[in-house]
Amino acid sequence: MENIVEEINNETEEKYFDKPISPLKEIWYSLSKNKLAMAGLIIIILLILIALFGDFIMPYDPCVGELSESLQKPSSTHWLGTDEQGRDVLSRILDGTKISLRVGITAVAIALSVGLTLGSFAGYYGGKIDMLIMRFMDIILAFPSMLLAIALMSTLGKGIDKAIIAISIVTIPHYARIVRGSILSVKESEYVQAARVIGNNDLAIIFKHILPNVLAPIIVRATLGISIAILDTAALGFLGLGVQPPYAEWGTMLGSGRAYFFNANHLVLFPGLAITITVLAFNLLGDGLRDALDPKLQK
Amino acid sequence: MILKVENLVTKFHTKEGVVNAVNGVDFELEKGEVVALVGESGSGKSVTSLSIMGLIPKPPGEIASGKILFNGEDLLNKTTREMQDIRGNEISMIFQEPMTSLNPVFTIGKQISESLIRHRNMKKKEAMVKTIEMLEAVGIPSPNERIKQYPHQLSGGMRQRIMIAIALICEPNLLIADEPTTALDVTIQAQILELMMKLKKDFKTSILLITHDLGVVAEVADKVVVMYCGRVVETGTVNELFENPLHPYTYGLIESIPKIDSEVDRLFMIEGNVPNPLNMPSGCPFESRCNRKLSICSKKLPEINVVDGRKIRCHLYNEEVK
Repeated sequence: MENIVEEINNETEEKYFDKPISPLKEIWYSLSKNKLAMAGLIIIILLILIALFGDFIMPYDPCVGELSESLQKPSSTHWLGTDEQGRDVLSRILDGTKISLRVGITAVAIALSVGLTLGSFAGYYGGKIDMLIMRFMDIILAFPSMLLAIALMSTLGKGIDKAIIAISIVTIPHYARIVRGSILSVKESEYVQAARVIGNNDLAIIFKHILPNVLAPIIVRATLGISIAILDTAALGFLGLGVQPPYAEWGTMLGSGRAYFFNANHLVLFPGLAITITVLAFNLLGDGLRDALDPKLQK
Repeated sequence: MILKVENLVTKFHTKEGVVNAVNGVDFELEKGEVVALVGESGSGKSVTSLSIMGLIPKPPGEIASGKILFNGEDLLNKTTREMQDIRGNEISMIFQEPMTSLNPVFTIGKQISESLIRHRNMKKKEAMVKTIEMLEAVGIPSPNERIKQYPHQLSGGMRQRIMIAIALICEPNLLIADEPTTALDVTIQAQILELMMKLKKDFKTSILLITHDLGVVAEVADKVVVMYCGRVVETGTVNELFENPLHPYTYGLIESIPKIDSEVDRLFMIEGNVPNPLNMPSGCPFESRCNRKLSICSKKLPEINVVDGRKIRCHLYNEEVK
């Protein structure tokens, strides 16, 4: 008899409580219903796989070419043709994925962490600190970002690491602004005061109590930021400032292929497509995340 | 004596001028006692409590003078770090809005156990065990499931119980309750008050209750401090105050409580408004609304007069004036 009562009790308790859904699961649920975002995510996963294991599926060495086979149209031996030095374009594009993703992700990671810290302090403390940080950000924003990146590159020198630094510096203000705005919107909330009341210090309040509440717009901006960073790297490469030959980088490939535009347009077409697809994938995912993270945008 | 506030002056520097939100407040709180701080909006109740917590935003706020003695030590001389160790540990606070006082992105369990991890150096698991005990103590059924829930899954009354659990988990000596029942409906109010009184006994906590609800005061407080325009105008025990209010303002407050057995068309009210804090009259700030005013009232700020051991800031009880 007692056992039965206990069983009934257990049953009602289980029914009474909806299992709390963790926020991550909830976001995943609404993201998985967005077909475009899922397409973007699948492309990104593919790109990451290519970046990690591209070396094993590359048909040719991306940096060494056969001069006798230069400027060939796409064929069954070279699916995407060869460039002016006879290097296989497909192999070079696969190899370029590594560089593009690395630049995109690290540039955003650097810009995000610096922007997050600066924006948090500016928003939380306000007053003179806010004034100082945000006016400095305004100065950076006053320059056209590409121009500033080029100027930075010319002082830092050429190369992929310097491209990463230049791109992250010019995008810091965007993150700082978003973070500052978000922090301003929550810092007066009662739960922030409540966090103070139980004896938290300012750092704990900012990073443990405020930031988790405002992560949504920051995540979205960072995802979209990756595509911007990839585009900027390509632009720097195109101008000859980014990744240096013989390494394959999509922008650099575009730049050197430009000279053969009229007789071998596949040299421009395929790297361009690679850039477009990658940027599109990150943008689709970013848009999907925005819809998934902001309940007001959901139907 | 657990808390003694002496001549506390808290100012706010605004664009229009300096506002003395708290202007020389004195009161005392004995161990295990419930002292109610009453007064209408803008009388400085909340600023007094935030001053005690050390949470006055500076700038624009500033504690210009006075002492806040907590267990004999002046809290105003403590460093930021020392105050952080006191807050949530020895002095706790609950707010009037339980709907917005909990962080929406964390589970109940995490929010309650945070204090223990912060102040008692407990491990997560240990803290969770204590948290579950505390949830039981504040009357939340099935605490094992509840700790995994988020604030939006709980009702207002439940959330206020959670707030009380957070405030009391480190067994503080002093609990400041800033209108803890204002946002709740009447039946839940009664439950929350009953719970607070029970926990006061169990944890031997003193309570500074900030409210404008005299019904709540009559029910739970031992002593009452009546504030008006940043000053204490009358102090006394609950019985003294309700049976024989001496200050005309206190009299007005008690008279304006609707009584269930009286048949009146219009409730009693105190005419007029609180004077503009930027433009305080030089005399008694209550003078323009007082129905027993004397000629001296508009000229001179009344001193504190002691009548039968009760302190009243009113010229009516000054022997010299009489």
